Amino acid sequence: MTKFIVRRLILGAFIVFFGALVAYAVIRSLPTSFVERMARQLSALPGAKSYSELIDQLNKMYGLDGSILEGFFKWFGYAIRGDFGYSWKFNQPVIEKFNSVIWYSVIINIFTFVLQAVICIPLGILAARKQYSATDYTVTVVALMGISLPTFFLATLLKYIFSIKLGWFDLYGIVGRMHEQMTSWQQVLDIAHHLVLPVVTLMILSIGGLMRYTRTNMLEVLNADYIRTARAKGLSEKVVINKHAFRNTMIPLISYMSYLLPTMFGGSMITETLFQIPGIGYISYQAITQGDIPFTMFYIVFIEVLTQFSLIIADISYAVADPRVRAN
Amino acid sequence: METKNKKSFGTQKLDDERRVRVLSPGMLVFKRFVRNKLAITGLAILIVMFAFAFLGGLVSPYTQSQVFKHDEEIMKEYATCMLSTDFRYTVREGAEFPDAARATAVLAISKGDASFTYGDKTYSLVKEGDEFYTFGDALMIAKTRTLAGKFSVDALPETGFVASPEFVAAAEAAVASRSAQFEADGTFYTLINEGKSSSIYHVEPIALASKLVVDPYNESQTSLTTSFAFRYAAELASVRGEKEFELDGTRYVVTGEENDMVVSTMDGEPICSISDILVSPNANDIFLTAEFKAVIRETIRAKETKFVYVDETGENVDYRIDRVNTTYTVRTLKESRVITMFDFPSPQHLLGTDSNGMDVLTRLMYGGRISLMVGFVVVFLETLIGIVLGGISGYFGGWVDTAIMRFVDLFNCIPFYPIVMIIGTVMDKMEIDPIKRIFILMAVLGILGWTSIARVVRGQILSLREQDFMVATEATGIRVSRRIFKHLVPNVMPLLIVQATMSLGGIIITEATLSFLGLGVKYPLASWGSIINAATNVHVMTNYWFIWIPAGLLIVLTVLGFNFVGDGLRDAFDPKMKR
Repeated sequence: MTKFIVRRLILGAFIVFFGALVAYAVIRSLPTSFVERMARQLSALPGAKSYSELIDQLNKMYGLDGSILEGFFKWFGYAIRGDFGYSWKFNQPVIEKFNSVIWYSVIINIFTFVLQAVICIPLGILAARKQYSATDYTVTVVALMGISLPTFFLATLLKYIFSIKLGWFDLYGIVGRMHEQMTSWQQVLDIAHHLVLPVVTLMILSIGGLMRYTRTNMLEVLNADYIRTARAKGLSEKVVINKHAFRNTMIPLISYMSYLLPTMFGGSMITETLFQIPGIGYISYQAITQGDIPFTMFYIVFIEVLTQFSLIIADISYAVADPRVRAN
Repeated sequence: METKNKKSFGTQKLDDERRVRVLSPGMLVFKRFVRNKLAITGLAILIVMFAFAFLGGLVSPYTQSQVFKHDEEIMKEYATCMLSTDFRYTVREGAEFPDAARATAVLAISKGDASFTYGDKTYSLVKEGDEFYTFGDALMIAKTRTLAGKFSVDALPETGFVASPEFVAAAEAAVASRSAQFEADGTFYTLINEGKSSSIYHVEPIALASKLVVDPYNESQTSLTTSFAFRYAAELASVRGEKEFELDGTRYVVTGEENDMVVSTMDGEPICSISDILVSPNANDIFLTAEFKAVIRETIRAKETKFVYVDETGENVDYRIDRVNTTYTVRTLKESRVITMFDFPSPQHLLGTDSNGMDVLTRLMYGGRISLMVGFVVVFLETLIGIVLGGISGYFGGWVDTAIMRFVDLFNCIPFYPIVMIIGTVMDKMEIDPIKRIFILMAVLGILGWTSIARVVRGQILSLREQDFMVATEATGIRVSRRIFKHLVPNVMPLLIVQATMSLGGIIITEATLSFLGLGVKYPLASWGSIINAATNVHVMTNYWFIWIPAGLLIVLTVLGFNFVGDGLRDAFDPKMKR
């Protein structure tokens, strides 16, 4: 087991390393005129560093004078010590900015995740138990509809209905206008109020995938021999489903959920942007579209690390949950 | 026997051909597919969508970038009025009073100085009346010559000075006595001797500053009313409260009270009005008559906001005056050609027009072409790369497999949206041609998306490789490429088709998302995503549902169609899994 984990970790580290190299190569091959123009534009912002300072910093950290490999090792040397440089757009060290925004994304995604699990797993199981029933069809259609909805259309539609027509929520932002005057308890409620629509958007979008996945796996389990055995030996349907079937369905579900880790910490770029929630997704969107190279580079590497991490967790949780995997 | 057979007609034997109808595998798949209601619904949706996108463009009477215009009567700014709060300068013809000296002059006025210096010149400043000042300078008014003992004086015509006999005599005496000053007609003149000739200077007002505005009644009188002499005489008369003044032998009468006067000739022909409200037309080619201006002033003084004026053709025209601080804007209804923006649905435009005045329905049709085409090309690209790499990986195994799978891992780990967004932003800044952009977009989406197909192909081939028919191909010595593409790939095909159909929906969503963010398909080309982009403007989102909701529904329906069909195909190909 230890050997397996160690091997998996080393592989993950390698992939992150090469992923970072690819990201670096992409950034290096951006046209110089683009980088210079963006640096010029951003240096014109109030409080920004001067243009020559930005370019000097870029040259120093990214080793632009050397070859791609040389430059990458130079950047990697800084990055591994946690120095990702100074964000052009936000005028503070990249890591500092990251620390100040990441929690909004995490909160949104934890809410979404819990709601999603609570809604999807029971429904998926129900659909599988009553295959071809009306419930099953409804679940399938709803799931497929969720998959077919583009994020931006759903978010715009929700804003149109709930913010404009009904006026229940604000269109944008994380806090209301009167936020400063509120007591701390009211402030929490205010933020929660602003998070409702983003959470609902994310939930509707992710419901489909998990529901179908649960249903497919449950069906597979229900067709397995040991379920027939359990029924044959006269166990009650409740015990068959909850003990024998559900536990076995959990194995693939755990791995599926660990794939959600990157979205949980990596933010949901489009939803956050549409609702202007200052989480990591919206911030990175701004950084990327405005040519903030230090922040963009950091975000890409961050997502790469997260992806690898989630894959490793999925593999390990598989091994923990399923003794058959451990044996191999 | 025959009778026995006849008896059993209707009840078939177990091995009767009519009972066991043998269907080909393809037919079986087809039958299972047709039986699936959702799949058929999906197929129907897709057929409608394709017809809409690819035939719709032919049926639609409009093109995708046709801009509609219409005539509309809109309140247009006609003239602007301002309370005159700044000094206006009139400079004597032939004299120089530089613009920069005006600032110094204003300073001197506010200090109450009698003279001020600008550059190396000193100007005198005389307060002639309330907010009416003249600036004096030694102006060369005449030259004298002594030729063969004969003395003559040439008055400089542009200054308007006329040398009287008395002046000539005094000048001659001064030249003879070589004195620098002389007096004539009760005025002092300065004389500068330059040998045989000399110049005579007189301190004269060369410029005046006043806050009053002079408007001529007739365009032909403009040259008179803007001349320094006229203005000087008229304003002097007005500040002194004189009812008459004379200029160049013509007498003029001043009527009306302060800040609102009319200057006319003795026979009653009005020349100009003098007031403190400046009225200027908003278009260069309009001449506003003094009567019209007078009406506006009257309205403003009466604090009214509407007035009627009869234009040259004798028609009553309504005007409206809006006030902002000391500025009044005169507006009137004018017919002009405007772009039909945000036109609500009508028989001509079934879904209205968008912010550029283009027909939304037509743009949806053309946008559908691009969205669907991008989807198909990208899926084709993905599948191609996926089959080749997955096939090689699965068939050869060993280190080739490991290498390719690590490569797939690497690709999977690269975050999709940040990379595509960087490319989109760069294309934005480099101002790449919209058509080229689409090709780049397709290539990028294809290159970033092939990994899942490669995995499916590899997994499938890994299991097929061990089966007996593959052993048989090996035993019969068939070429490797033939073994892969003739025997393995067709067996992977069903799964591949399902995978491709399902990912088509995903790609359409991705393309729409990018176009929505403004990083994908760009104006003047349309795609469903870029049409919804209009809803990022809250005003459009709130008031013009017909622009963005249909496009969104089209995307949802199309993707749903692909997903239903993909789902149905999966069931049909693999009945064991049910759905």
